[in-house]
Amino acid sequence: MLRALKSFGAFWYDFVIGDDWHVAAIVVAALGLTALLTHAAHVSAWWLVPLAAFAALAWSLYRATSSRS
Amino acid sequence: MTALPLILTVFVACAVEAIEALTIVLAAGLTRQWRSTFQGMAAALVVLAAVVGVLGPTITLLPLGALRLVVGALLAIFGLQWLRKAILRASGHKALHDEASAYLREVAAAKAAPEVAKGRVSDWYAFTLSFKGVLLEGLEVVFIVITFGDNQRDLGAAVIGAAIAVVVVTVTGIAVRAPLAKVPENALKFAVGIMLTSFGSFWGAEGAGVAWPGGDAALLVIVPVVAVVSLSYVFWIRRYRPPDRLAQPARTPVAESGGVTG
Repeated sequence: MLRALKSFGAFWYDFVIGDDWHVAAIVVAALGLTALLTHAAHVSAWWLVPLAAFAALAWSLYRATSSRS
Repeated sequence: MTALPLILTVFVACAVEAIEALTIVLAAGLTRQWRSTFQGMAAALVVLAAVVGVLGPTITLLPLGALRLVVGALLAIFGLQWLRKAILRASGHKALHDEASAYLREVAAAKAAPEVAKGRVSDWYAFTLSFKGVLLEGLEVVFIVITFGDNQRDLGAAVIGAAIAVVVVTVTGIAVRAPLAKVPENALKFAVGIMLTSFGSFWGAEGAGVAWPGGDAALLVIVPVVAVVSLSYVFWIRRYRPPDRLAQPARTPVAESGGVTG
């Protein structure tokens, strides 16, 4: 039972998060910060999520290519 | 957004998943037996229908803002993972996903496995191989259809895009009776990664309360910008972080495939 639960959890982790959890963490943090800036500070932070996405991708690629060389 | 870009986006994304499922089904059917393979496919389709039946109506009950925030986050994460893999493949750091070699691996494993009957299934290996392949790839299709369809409040267009993709890939697979190895899969995955990241960022930010300059027309800028940045990462890695020479084949995968353009 425990094994089945673990493999079920691992399947969904792999399905949603994928190879690098940092990417998911940065996207979620960026969306949270965007909501905060928009609602609390009334800043039109439309640029934040795309910038965070580019940064997350660059960081993830840097890590992936560093560990191989 | 009109229905055509939605249909095209879902079509390309679902075609990639359908090609991968087809490779697994062909390996199971041609090397083991078709009856158990079809039983596995049917069982997976029943599970997928149940997922759609539960998830589809539930997700439409969410307010649009919350839906876009959650779905946008998931799509952006999905898209960035696709882009990450596609960029690593295009820059030679990761082997290209080759349907022909994937098929040969599945065939070798299928030939080596013993034939075990369970209940009404005469070949359990063929059943589980087909079931897992169709379910896993099918879940991604379901996710893409529901998220894109619900976000645009046009589930019908998303279903049409997915259905056309599945039919085209299935008919082609039946016609050639071989994995669709000539499809530029990395280029397709690159394109899908760009679309998922762009739509995910757009909807996610909207869900977080942002009003995009130009409204929906902002996507016409976001998509090319994501494409240009992603391509620049390929060149950056090729130029400054080339793959380990020892791990590099005589002809690089990038040279064989023509890079991200296929």
